[in-house]
Amino acid sequence: MKGMHAKRLRLYLHYVSINVRSSMQYKTSFLLTTLGQFLVSFQVFLGIYFMFRRFESVKGFTYGEVLLCFSTMLLEFSLAEMFGRGFDAFSGMVRTGSFDQILIRPRNEILQVLGSKFELTRIGRMLQAVIMFIYGVTHCGVHWNFCKMITILFMFIGGTAIFCGLFVIYASLCFFTLEGLEVMNIFTDGAREYGKYPIGIYGKKMLIFATVVIPYALVQYYPLLYVWGRRTETYLIFLPLLALLFPIPCLMLWRFGVRRYQSSGS
Amino acid sequence: MKKYLSFFRLRFLTGLQYRTAALAGIATQFAWGFLEIMVMKAFYETDPGVYPMTFRATVSYIWLQQAFLAFFAVWMVDSELFEMISNGNIAYELCRPIRIYSMMTARNLANRTSRAVLRCLPILLVAAFLPKPFRMEPPVGIAEFLLFVVTMLLGLSVTVAFFMLVYVLAFYTISPQGLRIVFCSLVEFLSGGVIPLPFFPEPVLRVLELLPFASMQNVPLRIYSGDIAGEEMVRAVGLQVFWLVALVVVGSMLCRMAERKVALQGG
Repeated sequence: MKGMHAKRLRLYLHYVSINVRSSMQYKTSFLLTTLGQFLVSFQVFLGIYFMFRRFESVKGFTYGEVLLCFSTMLLEFSLAEMFGRGFDAFSGMVRTGSFDQILIRPRNEILQVLGSKFELTRIGRMLQAVIMFIYGVTHCGVHWNFCKMITILFMFIGGTAIFCGLFVIYASLCFFTLEGLEVMNIFTDGAREYGKYPIGIYGKKMLIFATVVIPYALVQYYPLLYVWGRRTETYLIFLPLLALLFPIPCLMLWRFGVRRYQSSGS
Repeated sequence: MKKYLSFFRLRFLTGLQYRTAALAGIATQFAWGFLEIMVMKAFYETDPGVYPMTFRATVSYIWLQQAFLAFFAVWMVDSELFEMISNGNIAYELCRPIRIYSMMTARNLANRTSRAVLRCLPILLVAAFLPKPFRMEPPVGIAEFLLFVVTMLLGLSVTVAFFMLVYVLAFYTISPQGLRIVFCSLVEFLSGGVIPLPFFPEPVLRVLELLPFASMQNVPLRIYSGDIAGEEMVRAVGLQVFWLVALVVVGSMLCRMAERKVALQGG
């Protein structure tokens, strides 16, 4: 069993290296795309920065607190995107029938879909997320200690799991509709975009939705309350790990879709 | 002129075919509009004193922005044209007795209007009947409304004319993907796509108001609610006309140079 996992990992890394080498063939374009990706999330930061030059706080949250919130959410999303983007291009694979090729190969199909696209250009966003995160950590006014750092780490793990789960749902729906459902963007891009502010500012109803339906609040609002020092309960540290349950039903939907899959024929 | 009109008609009719996509788009834009209004509401309630617009003006700004997203959205650029430029198929277009610049303009205008036509009415209609903080109010007056329509078309034209520069630049690079994304993010931020321009700090705003970016969505979306009025309004409309003329002149000149000099991609 162990050898099997090592083999899978080696295969995945091989996929990654193929993708990296192919995008390095167009160096100027690669550099410009990276710069562009960087600017795309940098403008979101500038938006926040400009708002807080005018307003001292929003619903009691300061610039530093929002900054930490924005940067952790961005990093969670970027991590998930880096690995899970193959699922995003999945509608194309179903439509053109290249998913058939994947199914007949004697390897795990999820692994192959993941490896089909490793977006190196997302490194621009990743880079921006990391810089933003360092800036956020140093400027948020939090007194860091071990527990708070562990909380942030757990937030990364849980957050990446949620976004990956959403990517899987997005792909699974392609089995039934043959095309990507743009509506799903609300839950991925929308969460990244509006998760820059603590979910608390959107009011009670939104907080309930983000706790019960798609558990964003588990990896954003509640653990951040602990990190900011607004709440002190220890269970908040481990709350983000609960989000690891989220991908399970998503993968079940995927399995269901694969079993029902009928080739589009082309 | 007639040929370009038929280019426009063709693209426009093709655009109208994507009705399911439009439906999905409408749902997404509603969610976006709601979230955006919620964020602005949170800021407004925190400190109405430093809020630079009336809240009513912000709400109509956001709904109009969502309804006419296709007019101004930077990612609405015609990717088929980029493909044609990078795979060399543009050669066929060059053989035709048409001006490339006008052809590309017609295509872009048609793409954007057909999408906007499909999406704007349902969004505006529902937005007008929403409960209070989210409801979009009617324009402040008939004159403002007429001016809103005129500046909207001017803003659309400025946006298209600006992106024409990007297409022309794409002639010079083999793989225009990067160029496109850099321009897109710049335009989006500077035109008020991320936060409305009144929320920018004063010194930045003073420079920005003179640039072509402020002549895109900023003017019509704020005239509607009376957020730009009087002398400021006259100046804003004047700048729109100025930038439209300047961008078209520069763009078509560059385009002619590109046509003459550029070696096409084979394939």
